Amino acid sequence: MAKIVVDVMLKPEILDPQGQAVGSALPRLGFNFAKSVRQGKRFEIEVDGEVTAEKLEQVSRAAETLLANPVIETFSVKVEQ
Amino acid sequence: MKVGVVTFPGSLDDRDAARAVRAVGGEAISLWHADPDLHGADAVILPGGFSYGDYLRCGAISRFSPVMTEIISQAKAGMPLLGICNGFQILCESHLLPGALTRNHELHFLCRDQKLVIENNSTLWTSDFQIGDEITIPLKNGEGSYQCDDTTLAVLESEGLIVARYLGENPNGSRDAIAGITNAQGNIVGLMPHPEHAIDTLTGPSADGLPFFTSILNRLVKA
Repeated sequence: MAKIVVDVMLKPEILDPQGQAVGSALPRLGFNFAKSVRQGKRFEIEVDGEVTAEKLEQVSRAAETLLANPVIETFSVKVEQ
Repeated sequence: MKVGVVTFPGSLDDRDAARAVRAVGGEAISLWHADPDLHGADAVILPGGFSYGDYLRCGAISRFSPVMTEIISQAKAGMPLLGICNGFQILCESHLLPGALTRNHELHFLCRDQKLVIENNSTLWTSDFQIGDEITIPLKNGEGSYQCDDTTLAVLESEGLIVARYLGENPNGSRDAIAGITNAQGNIVGLMPHPEHAIDTLTGPSADGLPFFTSILNRLVKA
């Protein structure tokens, strides 16, 4: 069974207070590597059979329609075996 | 005059919205998210709450409910439509209004009486206000920060599409302190604070929310 992964991120210009809160919690725990943190969403979609160009195209349309809000977010689609 | 109030799974403020409609002499009719029939409603209110659990994004799943398909098509043809709080989020997700509502900038869920200034009284929902009216009505949300790109913001400002702004400290990080906007035709209004909770001083901080409901009733009666 193949897996299609959709990653959704807020556009860079959109304020991400959740990511900021995570970013400011890290140094309190002794993790001092982070210059900034942005938080996003990951969708793992299992599909039957082969991943075809048509299935990827459908997932992209679903991402644009529902999974992401193109007004404030971007998305990327990739295949994981 | 019939004003439909939609109930989604997770709507909270549908009863108060219906009560506000009745308080100004209108007939409130309940609309159900799974039923595409608007049952003769002359105008529709999308109430506050947490429709579909706010899963994915606030309003993202509600926007595709059967009732919304019909509401979107009728609103594009001029039907009066008011979205309050979660209703405003649904209007943005439906692309009936531009922009989006995101997490409050300090991450807290806010519940307070909020002062606003009315900046547009030419919409179907605000005609009983005067421009510059200062009102106090409840604000209660976790994702009420209005965001849009610079081009959209410039259009909202230059075309007078901002219906209400927050007064005092910006409570949630909304761009230009935007509390509510309208479309160019003025039939669709989205508002983050809750006028339906401020229709009498027994149950609300003021009766300042009433003009939103008298405006639409007066308009529908004249029409």
